Amino acid sequence: MSSSEKISSPGLKPFTAMVRREFAGYFRTPLAYVFLAVFNAFAVSLAFFVGGLYESGIASLDRFFLYHPWLWAFLAPAAGARLWAEERRQGTIELLLTWPITVWQAALGKFLAAWLFLACALLMTVPVALTVGWLGDPDWGVIIAGYAGSLLCAGACLGIAAIASALTRSQVIAFVTGFLACFILVLVGYGVFDELLAGLLGSAGVDEVRRLGLWRNLEPFTLGLVDVRPIAYFLSVAFAGLGLSTIIVERR
Amino acid sequence: MPLIEAKNLSKSYGAIRAVRDVSFVVDRGEVVGFLGPNGAGKSTTMKMLTGHLRADEGAAVIAGFDVADQAVQAKQHLGYSPEGAPAYGEMTVREFLRFAADLRGLADPAGSVRQTLELCRLNEVAAQTIDTLSKGYRMRVGFAQAVIHDPEVLILDEPTDGLDPNQKFEVRRILKEMAARKAVIVSTHILEEVGELCTRVIVIAKGEVRCDESREKFLARGSDLNAVFRQLTA
Repeated sequence: MSSSEKISSPGLKPFTAMVRREFAGYFRTPLAYVFLAVFNAFAVSLAFFVGGLYESGIASLDRFFLYHPWLWAFLAPAAGARLWAEERRQGTIELLLTWPITVWQAALGKFLAAWLFLACALLMTVPVALTVGWLGDPDWGVIIAGYAGSLLCAGACLGIAAIASALTRSQVIAFVTGFLACFILVLVGYGVFDELLAGLLGSAGVDEVRRLGLWRNLEPFTLGLVDVRPIAYFLSVAFAGLGLSTIIVERR
Repeated sequence: MPLIEAKNLSKSYGAIRAVRDVSFVVDRGEVVGFLGPNGAGKSTTMKMLTGHLRADEGAAVIAGFDVADQAVQAKQHLGYSPEGAPAYGEMTVREFLRFAADLRGLADPAGSVRQTLELCRLNEVAAQTIDTLSKGYRMRVGFAQAVIHDPEVLILDEPTDGLDPNQKFEVRRILKEMAARKAVIVSTHILEEVGELCTRVIVIAKGEVRCDESREKFLARGSDLNAVFRQLTA
């Protein structure tokens, strides 16, 4: 048989193969389990010990979600660091780019697998919600909105991590730069740079910049407000990151 | 229709012109030995042929498909093993080949993996992770992913580099077995390989083609191939 006879119409097969490999790739090393444990430990302990979720006496998870931008700023770059840096380090990027899959398909496959992995981490915190449900009578719609918002926030951080990973062959550098970029987005929302920016942009400009903060955009979800603007914000950061990382890889 | 066409390929890295105006065609049944000193532009030319690097000027055509404009079709007809045979080290040999088969959208991926493990004599290490393999096996895994879809065009960057004589013999044996139906380019430093494996020789130095001729003509240049090589690449 020659190559042309062996190939059926591939359709989505290469893409799903890509997603499967990347997702399974997380669990081939102990990293995934460390990651899931760390995420859970921090998510729960920040909510209870720092946020005072229990003492507040309110059956709501807003004190739990309050810390998610911090968590994602740290852990999305940790999960996303390997996306392209590892391909470069191992030299497998040369295989990947000479196999019959477009860079866009490969990049989207990698991104979705990583996002799915972050979703697994988030899903493991469901017992927190169940505890609140057992202790009180929360509004489940609000809790589901909070989870959706947190997942979108994770996607935005992952978009930034993807750019960092596309730029280097070192996972450590990818992680540190990704983390710093996400960290700035967290701080911006708390007005840390307000004074610095006031001189440059004026007070109206400062307010606009503050809107780019991660918590600013996550907060409405935790109150049960599913608004178009924060959804658009998270998705555009996620897809801008995905697109930019793809262009960086393509232009090699 | 030639299976491989390099049309005036050029590539610069900053101020360094790595490849200048390289052109050749390779037909079915030919095994072209790509010779040249380190840094001569062999790998860069191969990377442009496989679509991994974009050429600054010129074009590369694989099985009638332009690697820049019809990349996916061109790559379906191409098997490529980069220098050092990179692979996903944390996967087992079988998983890795299965991934390659799935990514290529093969109609019978399991069957293709089985045949390829057999062909490349990889059965005994099929369940081992690639990181744990010796260099000889690693090179064969790199070769295996390049032939899993029985491509018409095979481009191998130093497939026998670092192998012991038995392993070299093995790789050449497999190559010879399949060469009649394919167009093959093999880069190498090993001049003896020319006589044993190739039907044609292209010598490249300083980014330019210095000689492109049949094996017989090349071997007739002199009995000391090392001297011939030095003279051609000076």
